[in-house]
Amino acid sequence: MSGDAGGAQTERPAVPIVIIMDEDAATRGATVMIDRAGDDRALGTFTTLRPGGRGRTGGPLGRRAFLGAAGALALGWAGSGWSDADYAPARRGMLDAIADTTTRTAASTGVGAIDPTVMAALDRVLRHAFVPPEIEGLAYENRPLPIGHGQTISQPYIVALMTHLLALRPHHRVLEIGTGSGYQAAVLAELVDRVHTIEIVPPLARQATERLPRLGYGNVDIRLGDGYHGWPEAAPFEAIIVTAAATHVPPPLVAQLAPGGALVIPVGEPFSVQMLLLVRKGADGEVTVRQILPVRFVPLTGGH
Amino acid sequence: MNAAEQRAPGVLLLAAVALLSAAALGYEILLTRLLAIVQWHHFAFMVISIALLGFGASGAFLLVAGERIRLSVGPFVALAALAFGVAAPACFAIAQHVPFNVLELPWSLRPLGSLFLIELLLALPFFIAATAIGRALIVFGSSLSRVYAADLAGAGGGALAAVGLLHLLPPDRTLDGLGAMAAVAAGLAALRAAHIARWTLLANAAALIVVLAVDPGWGELRISPFKPLPQALRVTGAKPAESRSGPLGLVSAVENEKVPLRWAPGLSLLARAPVPEQVALFVDADGPTAIVRHRPGSPPPAYLGDLTSALPYHLLERPRVLVLGAGGGIAVLQALGGGARSVDAVELQPDLVAITRDRYSGFSGDVYGHPTVKLHVADPRAFVEAGRGEGFDLIAVDALGASPSGLHALEEERLLTVESMRAMLARLSPHGLLAVTGWAQLPPRGGPRGFATLVDALRTEGIEPAARHLAWIRSWNTSTLVASRSPLTEARTAAVRDFARARAFDLVHVPGIEAGESNRFNVLERPWFHEAAARLLGPERERFVRGYKFDIRPATDDRPYLWSFFRWAHAPEVLALSREGGSGLLAVGYLALPVTLVQAAVASAALILVPLLLVRRRGGRSGTARRPVTLGGFFCLGLAFLMMEIAFIGRFTVILSHPLHALVVVLAAFLVFAGVGSWLAGRRGTGDSGNSGSITLPVAGIVALAAAAIAALPHLTSWLLGSSPGTRIAAAIVLVAPLATLMGMPFPRALARLRRLDPALVPWAWGVNGCASVVGAVLATLIAVHQGQAFVIAAAALLYAAAAVACGRMGRESRNREGSSRG
Ligand SMILES: C[S@@+](CC[C@H](N)C(=O)[O-])C[C@H]1O[C@@H](n2cnc3c(N)ncnc32)[C@H](O)[C@@H]1O
Repeated sequence: MSGDAGGAQTERPAVPIVIIMDEDAATRGATVMIDRAGDDRALGTFTTLRPGGRGRTGGPLGRRAFLGAAGALALGWAGSGWSDADYAPARRGMLDAIADTTTRTAASTGVGAIDPTVMAALDRVLRHAFVPPEIEGLAYENRPLPIGHGQTISQPYIVALMTHLLALRPHHRVLEIGTGSGYQAAVLAELVDRVHTIEIVPPLARQATERLPRLGYGNVDIRLGDGYHGWPEAAPFEAIIVTAAATHVPPPLVAQLAPGGALVIPVGEPFSVQMLLLVRKGADGEVTVRQILPVRFVPLTGGH
Repeated sequence: MNAAEQRAPGVLLLAAVALLSAAALGYEILLTRLLAIVQWHHFAFMVISIALLGFGASGAFLLVAGERIRLSVGPFVALAALAFGVAAPACFAIAQHVPFNVLELPWSLRPLGSLFLIELLLALPFFIAATAIGRALIVFGSSLSRVYAADLAGAGGGALAAVGLLHLLPPDRTLDGLGAMAAVAAGLAALRAAHIARWTLLANAAALIVVLAVDPGWGELRISPFKPLPQALRVTGAKPAESRSGPLGLVSAVENEKVPLRWAPGLSLLARAPVPEQVALFVDADGPTAIVRHRPGSPPPAYLGDLTSALPYHLLERPRVLVLGAGGGIAVLQALGGGARSVDAVELQPDLVAITRDRYSGFSGDVYGHPTVKLHVADPRAFVEAGRGEGFDLIAVDALGASPSGLHALEEERLLTVESMRAMLARLSPHGLLAVTGWAQLPPRGGPRGFATLVDALRTEGIEPAARHLAWIRSWNTSTLVASRSPLTEARTAAVRDFARARAFDLVHVPGIEAGESNRFNVLERPWFHEAAARLLGPERERFVRGYKFDIRPATDDRPYLWSFFRWAHAPEVLALSREGGSGLLAVGYLALPVTLVQAAVASAALILVPLLLVRRRGGRSGTARRPVTLGGFFCLGLAFLMMEIAFIGRFTVILSHPLHALVVVLAAFLVFAGVGSWLAGRRGTGDSGNSGSITLPVAGIVALAAAAIAALPHLTSWLLGSSPGTRIAAAIVLVAPLATLMGMPFPRALARLRRLDPALVPWAWGVNGCASVVGAVLATLIAVHQGQAFVIAAAALLYAAAAVACGRMGRESRNREGSSRG
């Protein structure tokens, strides 16, 4: 087959591409319009990439049915001998740690403070109910935790930052890839009417299916399956969060992102998030990508 | 001890000592392999270093309790060997059940307790073996250098035996093989025992062999659930398809029809073509890499053209391609899709190739059987260096194997050093390209270091200005560097721009790049990558490298630690950030070094000083020996031996182009020839009579040879790399032999002096040597990472000189004493 390939330059790209450069490229990055006129599937559509842009702050507080949860919990979770109320001070400590880290990393993340509605949601989710009982005592430390089956639950600060970046409003449809313990899904469920989440490890999916309704999150749809393909029946989504490790952004997910929507991926090994990838789709379908370093770190020393 | 024992150890016992020593060294090597599979390389390094303190502990034990041992040497060694045979597999099995997650360490010190327990468990077999050998050494004091020679030579053989076991047995059975070896040692030693004891011991040894042969199932590997292989196996539909093992690693293939792997790092966000189904390949449970489904006759999957690594195919017309590190064949398919006229694919790991070619030949469209593809199972570096004649239009290197998280910080990367890149540039056709694809970590580390290395290689090849010969692009997670011997033409530069823009990749560098052209698609807070490239090409390059918070100095053959970025100057900042989410900045792998060093230093101090205090409290004799000097002398000898050995292993890893061959050949050569040296030393000098033989002379020789090695090794490296593997191995042995022979002399001679001065302290010196060996090994790696291996060799030579001075004092004292007692 290489014999008749006819050379790389001529062979590829297969689609004729027209590139239009934006004028003020130097100041805020160029807008590049890629006209895939030759692509028969997407005739006449435009995929645009525009870098830059800051996170909007989120909408009003999402009202979730949560009242019953606390009562149910008080009955169900007596394992450690601690009641849910006993964890309230620890949870406030966690919120302080999140706020503190956010302030100190503001310069590199571009996020000065986490949206108060997100903070309020974090305050309502009982994180200790999402971790294995043996480490319940660590639940509110600002660190990632193992949740069994070789999986982890992100550091609260990262959960807060990602949720903030999604700029959620109650009517938003949200898709999460990688349900894990269900903690992130619960935080999302506090903020929006409907959350879709996909998990690929059967016992984790089963556990979340049992756990989330028990804690009062009846507005979460859990599916066992491959998140790669997204959830086409429920698409488009205003927000997508991919907590599963990914070597690339699955094209179906970008496709299922609604205009104006945001997709966020934490990138890194278990127990260490290196950066957040934030993909936004503009109202006109243009896509912008930002890479956010969630630590206060400048690779150069002061002299430069 | 009875009179017979005083006389001579006898061949049987020497053989038993040698075999037990072989088993102990084999244990070290096999543990390194096994722990790298179940956890990570740096974890193996840390745990085994500390476990080897079992040698130091044996000295302490013999000093304190040695005189109370009533058993004569034969049965003692036999019992110890039996105990080792049980403990070696059993301790590993138990250690595997201690819950420990090394990845959590940056967040909490809680796992340290478990770590300590694991180290203690794995130290036990070493302690048992070392106690037996140490006791033989003490009891046969007058022929101590023969016992020491047997110990060293046996250890040398153990290195070879370990590799043999890895060839013959699946990894989870290798320790059983080792246990059987120890049982044979027990049998040999038992023959020296009296009737009943002899038959009892022999029966037990036989029983142990039988038990190990039927597989007690102790060895089953419990891989960390956070490693990629177990993660993949948890996914619905995952099927472990095949696994093959050899000395170079355990290769596992995982299929999944329901949720196939889709491994495509750096895939353009604008890519439309689907990523086809893949089979995942793991080496030592790490990875994955992949085999892509491909129907023969149809064009290779289009997504391969939307990776950053596809860039060179847009600058070349029907290239002759060399793919280094071909693995499951993805880069080969990419080359075919990119219009390659021919592809030479080089892969060192034979099992990766075998699985791809045999089991998945249908699945992969028989990528390695393609008429224009030629497969070479060889080391990529050696392949490049050995080649002559006709050049390649493209040499493609994939550095995506090592995970970007710093877990691989202590591993050597021989293919991406300045010297290696020069060799690759030399094999290119006049307009040919060298392309390197790696992860684009944040903050930038590997990228800038790779670029700096390539710039250095171009400059030393006289290809300047480097800026005109280089292009660099990145996606959000990968980056691809391209270098050419000839300046990049306008057309080529334009093609780079087009390629990048069409796929929303960012330009980092192209000749004539404008600041505003970079950081547009995958937007960072600042254009870190572009700024780094600009500085590294500019006049303030040195200053930039010095001022960068990670170590991004070019990698060299002398310092091939491409993945180690840690700088002590910025340790406080990085450590402070690590606890609040910045653990991604931490080179976790690197940190194993200082953590191990501290543990080793503390434990060594305890193992050396506490028994001394205990003995003194008991009113031990002597005290005349100048202990600090003696201590210093023996400590320096232990440090120096290991530092020299480790530096040579490092250097020969490049020359022999094979990590395991280098380890085994150089280690075995060092140990065997040091054994020869010890034996020679004993022919004159370690006996009870006469003078103990010079230490200064062999040390002078060591210093001279070390100096010669430092001067000659760089030249020897490139010269030898072109020759056949057999020649290289022979050369390694010839080069190591004289140095190692000399290095075998000082320790037994110093021990003989001490024995005359204060025989009770001999076990203690044995322990000091054991502790110093552990500290020396860790120190050698730590220094090599920062200063290079030549520096380690120089430091080792200095330590030998210092040891000679200390031993000289000991010698004077012993002569004075003898003079006064005679006079
Ligand atoms: C880091 S954990 C997520 C933690 C979770 N969000 C929480 O709050 O606990 C990643 C999860 O993604 C799941 N996963 C991995 N690959 C997936 C895929 N292709 N589709 C769906 N889920 C996946 C893993 O099983 C794991 O539970």
